[in-house]
Formats: sequence, C-alpha cells, structure tokens
Amino acid sequence: MNVDSIQNGYVIDHIRVGKAMEIYHALDLGKLDCSVAILVNVPSSRMGRKDIIKIDKLINLNFDVLGYIDPNLTVNTITNNNVSKRRMVMPKELKNVITCANPRCITSIEQELPQVFKLTDPVKHTYRCIYCEVEAPKIDYTAIKH
Amino acid sequence: MRSLIDILELSTQEIDELVAVAEDIIANPVKYSEKCHGKKLATLFFEPSTRTRLSFEAAMYELGGNVLGFSEASSSSASKGESVADTARIVSGYADIIAMRHPKEGAPLVASMYADVPIINAGDGGHNHPTQTLTDLLTIHREKGRFDNLTIGLCGDLKFGRTVHSLIGAMSRYSNIKFVLISPNELKVPDYIRNDILIKKGMDFEETASLEDAMPKLDILYMTRIQRERFFNEAEYLRLKDSYILDTDKLRTAKKDMCILHPLPRVNEISTAVDDDPRAAYFRQARNGKYIRMALIMKLLEVK
Repeated sequence: MNVDSIQNGYVIDHIRVGKAMEIYHALDLGKLDCSVAILVNVPSSRMGRKDIIKIDKLINLNFDVLGYIDPNLTVNTITNNNVSKRRMVMPKELKNVITCANPRCITSIEQELPQVFKLTDPVKHTYRCIYCEVEAPKIDYTAIKH
Repeated sequence: MRSLIDILELSTQEIDELVAVAEDIIANPVKYSEKCHGKKLATLFFEPSTRTRLSFEAAMYELGGNVLGFSEASSSSASKGESVADTARIVSGYADIIAMRHPKEGAPLVASMYADVPIINAGDGGHNHPTQTLTDLLTIHREKGRFDNLTIGLCGDLKFGRTVHSLIGAMSRYSNIKFVLISPNELKVPDYIRNDILIKKGMDFEETASLEDAMPKLDILYMTRIQRERFFNEAEYLRLKDSYILDTDKLRTAKKDMCILHPLPRVNEISTAVDDDPRAAYFRQARNGKYIRMALIMKLLEVK
C-alpha cells in the first residue's frame, strides 16, 4: 500500500504497533486542516510490525507527547523535500499531557493548576505528579522490539 | 527566598545546624527572645490541628514576632472558592513567612510557587510533614545522642501516615539505619516510599504485622494513629483502628533504653499507663516541636 510522499510535513515512524491511534488522539490530529495518514501493522525489518503516521503539513508538533507515548519512535521532519530525522527521548517533564488521578491531590480541586509530571526513574519510565508525587499510570513499553 | 515543602530539601548538614540552634534555644531561651521582632508569621490552617499550629505560634511569639492566620478553611476565603495560589499571593502582602496546612497533597508547593515569602509545609494531606520530621529528629538527637546506628520501628498507619514517610526519607540518609515497618497489610508504606527510597537506596528494612516480634530489636519505636480523616470508607477505618495498642505488657521485651515516639494526638494506640515509663518520649517530643520550629523560622527568615 502506498501513501503519497510529503514535501512539507512529518513522518512519525517506528511507532510501536497499536500506538498510532493513541498518538492521533493525544495530538488531536483529527482537527488539522491537512491530510493525515495512519498506517498500522506495517512490516518492518527492525520491529517486525510497526505503525506510521504521516502529516502533510509542518505544525507545532508536541515532542513531549510523542516521547511519553513511545520514546523509541522517530520523527522525520520534511521541509521542501529535505528530511531531518529526530529520535525521541523520554521528556524530563510533562506539562498538561496527562492528569493526576489521585483524589487527594490539590489538582483534584483546583483544575486550573498546570498538570506537571517529572520523570523520576528513567529506567522504569516512572513519572510522578510534582504536587502529590503519585505515579502516573505506566505505559507498557516492554513489548517494544527496537 | 527559600521555602520548606519536603524534608529532603534540607541537607543533613542543614539539619545538623537546625538541631544545634534548637539545642541552643533550649539552653539559652532569652538570647532568642527578640530575634524576630517586627516579623509576622501567618498560620494558614485549612485543616484542624492543635499541636502544629500552636507550636508554630508559640515559636514565633518566643522569637519576639507576631502571628496572624486562621485555623480552619471555613473561616478563610477558601470557603468562597479562592485558590491556594491566590491566598498565598494575598497573604504574602501581610506576613513575612507562612506556615500552611492543607488537606490536599501538594497545596503548600502550589503556595510556594506563587508567594513572595517563604512557605513552610505544616502538613499536606497524607503526603509530607517536614516540621514534624524536624521535631522527630531533634527528639532522636536529644534522646539517643546520634542519628546513625539505629533500628527504627514504625508502627500503625504507614500508608497515610505522612510523618512516617518524611521520617523514612530523612533517616535513610544516615549510616547503618534499619527500618522495621509494622502495619496491617492494608496500611503498608506506599510504593513510592518502598521503591524510590528504601529499595533504591539499598536500605535495610523489613515489613511485619507483629509489633511483639519487632519489639526486642528496636532502638526507637515510632507509634502512629490510624487516622479516621484519611479513610474514604468508615467501615475500613473501624476494622483497622485498633490494630496496635502499646501497653506496659508489650514493652517487657523492649530494650531498656528504647525510645517511644508518637507525633500525637494519640487515641488509644498507646495506653496511658505507658506515659510514666521513662522510655515514653512523646510529650518531650511535642515540646521539642516548638524549639525546632523557632530554629526553622530563623533560618528561612535569614535571621542570625
């Protein structure tokens, strides 16, 4: 299956299978006024299978969201047919990406506070709310085959 | 300008200095009676407290300063829906330093982000209570003469007991410390304490449900109350509230120089018969709270 090449935009590649829709929703890609292609279950020599997202426009892409959902994906930024590749890392801080679920946290009653999580254990991928220190729900990275 | 939200923001050297100042205040109270003359402490207590609030107020008065504030949320603008951030901004204009207690975890941190004056966390839900830990540390120092080579039993509500969490964090920085964590299964220490402090730092610790088994090993027994206000479920509270009751009979196997601490208030977890035992240090501990808060207020106000 082929999708047209992009002159200006992004190819988010090496997404762990099943994560493309999560990224689509987290980045609110459905609201863009450009073509967005989602390819799932694509054969990959490195990963066996992978997902890919193509965005046919240069937008303000939130790399923190991408790094949080799948720190092993790559983002190819295409500007006038020139490609630059960027590997993700787990962001040290997440601001307004996820919300604290602790009913005892101050953010549970003061919704205008920014939701901030800090990466406290990069090995175990642990993020904690800066206010109450409760751990954010874990994303299962273990099945990534990179 | 500096605040105190979490005990771990203080280095062990700073804790040693605070303890030394508190010891000097106890020995020479007159020397400190005008140190904070003209300064005001605001005590913003969104949750009831006797000991902590009164000890902060007594501390400021004994330093020659003044105190303003409220002792429950219903008598503050919080009852009208004012945010913690706004309250902190407003009170910054009225006071030189703020002590805040709040039922929600992280509220004092929020205050410190928006206030122009130092914030002292006087307890935020089941999370942190650094001045209680300073009180505990001063008491340990006065009772045992050291911070290292101690086996510390923590008994009761280790899940919601913020004093326990802060004390584990603080004492885990000293050498040859062993923790014996005594609690019912439902009230064990949270994962972030077990994983990020005890396991990560390679601490020597054991978890048990039996106070009797732990007793002979302990240099310090830190008792806690099962806190009704931390439970969403009353039936669960009633089932667990009498899990541990320390009485003279249980103390028979304890070391002769063991030290019994309790952040107070107690309900029935320490029998009043234990009060006369010289190892019962909890009333001395409550008194120490005033002195260490005096030292802390001076430090944060940068008063020499």
